Amino acid sequence: MDEIDEIYEAVLDGDMRATPEYVQAALDAGVSASAILQEGMIAAMNEVGRLFEEDEYFVPEMLIAARAMKAGLSILRPFLVDAGIEPVGKVVLGTVQGDMHDIGKNLVGMMLEGAGFEIVDLGTDVAPAQFVEAVRNGVDILGLSALLTTTLSSMESTIKAIEEAGLRGAVKLMVGGAPVTDGYARKIGADGYAPDASQAATLAISLIA
Amino acid sequence: MQSGRTRTAEMPPWPPIRQSAWCRGGVVPADAARPRVLILACGALARELGVIIDRNGLAGFDVECLPARLHSRPEQIPGAVDRHLRRVVGRYERIFVAYADCGTGGRLDEVLARYGVERLTGAHCYQFYAGTDRFQALHEEEPGTLYLTDYVVRHFDRLIWRGLGLDRHPELLEDYFGNYRRVVYLAQTENPALTAQAEAAADRLGLILEHRYVGYGELEPALVDITAPAETRVATA
Repeated sequence: MDEIDEIYEAVLDGDMRATPEYVQAALDAGVSASAILQEGMIAAMNEVGRLFEEDEYFVPEMLIAARAMKAGLSILRPFLVDAGIEPVGKVVLGTVQGDMHDIGKNLVGMMLEGAGFEIVDLGTDVAPAQFVEAVRNGVDILGLSALLTTTLSSMESTIKAIEEAGLRGAVKLMVGGAPVTDGYARKIGADGYAPDASQAATLAISLIA
Repeated sequence: MQSGRTRTAEMPPWPPIRQSAWCRGGVVPADAARPRVLILACGALARELGVIIDRNGLAGFDVECLPARLHSRPEQIPGAVDRHLRRVVGRYERIFVAYADCGTGGRLDEVLARYGVERLTGAHCYQFYAGTDRFQALHEEEPGTLYLTDYVVRHFDRLIWRGLGLDRHPELLEDYFGNYRRVVYLAQTENPALTAQAEAAADRLGLILEHRYVGYGELEPALVDITAPAETRVATA
């Protein structure tokens, strides 16, 4: 098994201890940061997404895989910068005001990071004004998350706040969370909806294509 | 009380009649004609429905329960309800679905609208047990609240601990519950054993427990009303 395969398998297994070690070993062996990222880590996260969609992986497996990937990225990131490898886009994520749930949002962030995006996570219970400010600072995609039916209205008010700030054309908006539907996403003026973290990565790539 | 018709959704639609620990509703006097009302319920409510039926002496309807595991898979609820309604529609004058929105984001309502069937009001069982106003106040008081009911307490290990993979990956505890500040146990019964289980559950999550006895909340009057003769019915759910 070569260095890339070891990284791929370690991420797939959610091995948070081995992944950074394998990344370091690959770098020491002269493997390019780009190859480690693309063929090792992103490929592994794509496979994690596929397994999730086929009900072979569930949320815990996805979470530990993502944690392993993040551990590997912490070693790799300076080498990516040195090599001039740019993120494919910048995504700001947050759970809307009144809602403290963040597992889905965190998973989306990890899957997007695994797909090569730069992630800015605003956390939970994020007010519309905070989202507006983030968009004002420059971002390709804004991702809004809500788990509670009762906080869906905050999703809509956030999009309205972005429109009222004159920033709607400056950003793509994607939404998700258990009570969110494709119809609701269209109704509130989002550009896209993804039912799970894996499909969120696919959606994000399509939104910036 | 006479033993009645009781089925679970996994059983053949009609006529097999069996007793089931999951869904003990189906309350029909032995000499009665076939019931004209069906209550299609969440399996996680089966025990509570049984208590409400018994203590109010409700009779003359069937109760069928969908698997309780759907409580943790809300995306599967609309499809499961749709499949079941397709099988039973036309057999009853009235069908009532004992689910709230339950995290389906209106998808359940889209199914019910096709059949002209009503459901419990509210977003989820926590809301109809606590009462809408009380639940809203609890949420505003502390958005980072994990809610438990008798059912969730009884099945905490399966639903939450093992369901979230914490038995295999305890390191994920912070990922799942890092934003929570408290556990509120919305108790249906005053049961010291369950309260102790709730305390143990909160302890495992590293959170404080608040015990609030709420009883059956809006579920009981809704059930009483839906099973009342049409001429005496006051409101639906």
